Amino acid sequence: MELILAIAIGVLGGSGVWLVLRPRTFQVLMGLSLLSYAVNLFIFAMGSLFHDREPIVQPGLLPNLEHYTDPLPQALVLTAIVIGFATSALFLVVLLASRGLSDTDHVDGEEPRDGTGHVSIGSAAASPSGSSDEGRSS
Amino acid sequence: MTLAAMLKASMPHLIVAPVLLPLVTAAVMLLLGDTRRPLKAALNVLSCVAGVAIAIALVYWVQQLGGPQAVGVYLPGNWPVPYGIVLVVDRLSAMMLLLSSVLGLAGVLYASARWHKAGVHFHPLFQLQLMGLYGAFLTADLFNLFVFFEIMLTASYGLLLHGSGWARVRSGLHYIAMNLMASSMFLIGVAMLYGVTGTLNMADMAIMVPAIPEDDRGLLHAGAAILAIAFLVKAAAWPLNFWLPMAYSSASAPVSALFAIMTKLGVYAILRVWTLLFPADAGVSALFGGPVLVGLGLVTLAFGIIGVIATQHLGRTAAFCAIVSSGTLLAALGFGQPAVTGGALYYTLGSTLAVSAFFLLVELIDRTREVEEHPLYVSEVEPDDAFAYPVDLAPSRDVNLDDDEQALFGRAIPAAMAFLGLAFIACALTIAGLPPMAGFVGKVVMLSALLNPAGFGEQAPVSAAAWVLLALLVVGGLLTTIAMSRAGARYFWATHDRPTPRLRFIETLPIALLLGLVAALVWQADAVLRYANATARGLHDPKEYIGTVVSVRPVPSPHATGEGGLRR
Repeated sequence: MELILAIAIGVLGGSGVWLVLRPRTFQVLMGLSLLSYAVNLFIFAMGSLFHDREPIVQPGLLPNLEHYTDPLPQALVLTAIVIGFATSALFLVVLLASRGLSDTDHVDGEEPRDGTGHVSIGSAAASPSGSSDEGRSS
Repeated sequence: MTLAAMLKASMPHLIVAPVLLPLVTAAVMLLLGDTRRPLKAALNVLSCVAGVAIAIALVYWVQQLGGPQAVGVYLPGNWPVPYGIVLVVDRLSAMMLLLSSVLGLAGVLYASARWHKAGVHFHPLFQLQLMGLYGAFLTADLFNLFVFFEIMLTASYGLLLHGSGWARVRSGLHYIAMNLMASSMFLIGVAMLYGVTGTLNMADMAIMVPAIPEDDRGLLHAGAAILAIAFLVKAAAWPLNFWLPMAYSSASAPVSALFAIMTKLGVYAILRVWTLLFPADAGVSALFGGPVLVGLGLVTLAFGIIGVIATQHLGRTAAFCAIVSSGTLLAALGFGQPAVTGGALYYTLGSTLAVSAFFLLVELIDRTREVEEHPLYVSEVEPDDAFAYPVDLAPSRDVNLDDDEQALFGRAIPAAMAFLGLAFIACALTIAGLPPMAGFVGKVVMLSALLNPAGFGEQAPVSAAAWVLLALLVVGGLLTTIAMSRAGARYFWATHDRPTPRLRFIETLPIALLLGLVAALVWQADAVLRYANATARGLHDPKEYIGTVVSVRPVPSPHATGEGGLRR
């Protein structure tokens, strides 16, 4: 089971990192989501993995990790999931705002001009005031 | 003294007040809806003043406790220590609380002139950000540190986007993506440390560290290093700081003034966790990662200096000044010498206040060119002359308007230009670290401690890194002075027949407050330095902190003891 979980975390994390490094905002969002799944599984695994163990101490049994599975990582994962969802949703809102303001889903708000085959949707003309200023002086 | 008696009576409970106060204020503000802005501004100012008062009370209280035991512990859930949530106030927390509450007050005063009208829910977000900051400074538990980081970050996303506009959205996108990645690293680090030590309480973890078997030590170090990456992103260490100049310079002025404390929160977290887990007597793990911290700090410092001298945009200059200041701190703290840390803490106070004041000032200075914004200005410029004006002297196109489409004009105070000039000089002197301002004192203390590692008059080898830091601080001071003089000459001496800008009293007040505090730091340098040195000694010898936190017992239930619940 450890091996399967490790592979799952690795695949999720690797895909997440690859997607985060992509130039399109939606891919970045997907990557962040996959990364947070990987991280949540990782936290879960840190409480050590058992079959058929409850996170509740049974009367009559010694309350050590031999007899029950550590409940703390489960509480941590729950908190981390909630926070991760909230911040991803917030990122999505900003992503949509960026899409609306720049007419492109490139993370920099400008289509690359190296002729990669992507159609440039009026990036320079349609971008709101300020963007050309930023580009020049940065 | 009755005040002291009152303080003593309220004491362990006052520790939780900095978290509750902004939370309650924000909740009340949400109930008020988004229309009653003057009322909410008044509430916000009141809450910030109360926050400053609480922070002063906490600093006073830790100072009163004196000695190495200056640690106050509060158990919000009344659970025993390694299991429940713990809030701890020691000298460092109290100092950082005071610093952030002052920046919060300055920010909200400035914002109540007009910035709070630029979008919705400015005030609740501002209070929640303060809550996250206060909580992160107070918590003694790694996972709660994560939660408070997230509260602070989520509020900061909203605040960064406050006022909207393309520049804010674009830099916000990068800022949020970067911080979400950093949060993932934070969780991985926390989970690994939990897996290795079996606890989340930092004091408890510090006890476990020396007993960790050799096989697990690599995991412990890896966990700590991954955790440090999350903190270094916040502390704007190179190469994790590319988002900062754009984000901080495009945020609205009061927001970036508050953001000046966020890089310091990253430094604080590193300092807190690092000194607790890897003190000099931790055996194999002693001062783990110190050289890396020094190296990263030096590179960050160099990067910041280059940025300061290279940028033509005043807002970005301020952002790079924040990077310079956090690079200096990282490098100085990495040496792990209490005397250097003491100087660095003093430097933190001065540089944070100055950078924050600078962020507020940048907008007022920008206003001098916004008033000349009329079509004639552009057409009057001859083609030959066009090159003579730097890019940023062209009227900015995204002038910020408030609800009533009124651009920035208020009651003129006399000699507005003189105020701006003097405030700019004060900021420049502090940030560059020239006498007589606080930056100079901090740098001198740090450098004299670095060059005399064994104390004055003692011969001891000075490390190469110390010499590099010395060179960078001196050269950085020179280059910052050049950059600031250049900007000052352009904005204050170059005559473009510009009318005097109109400033509102409420906008100049926070700048005067912040710079007045910088001056007070010099005036009271001895007392502040003594406090900072005591803080540093406590940090580098954390036994008292650990002992106090671990030995706290929950308050017994009144039913169990048979005593009434009214015991004070």
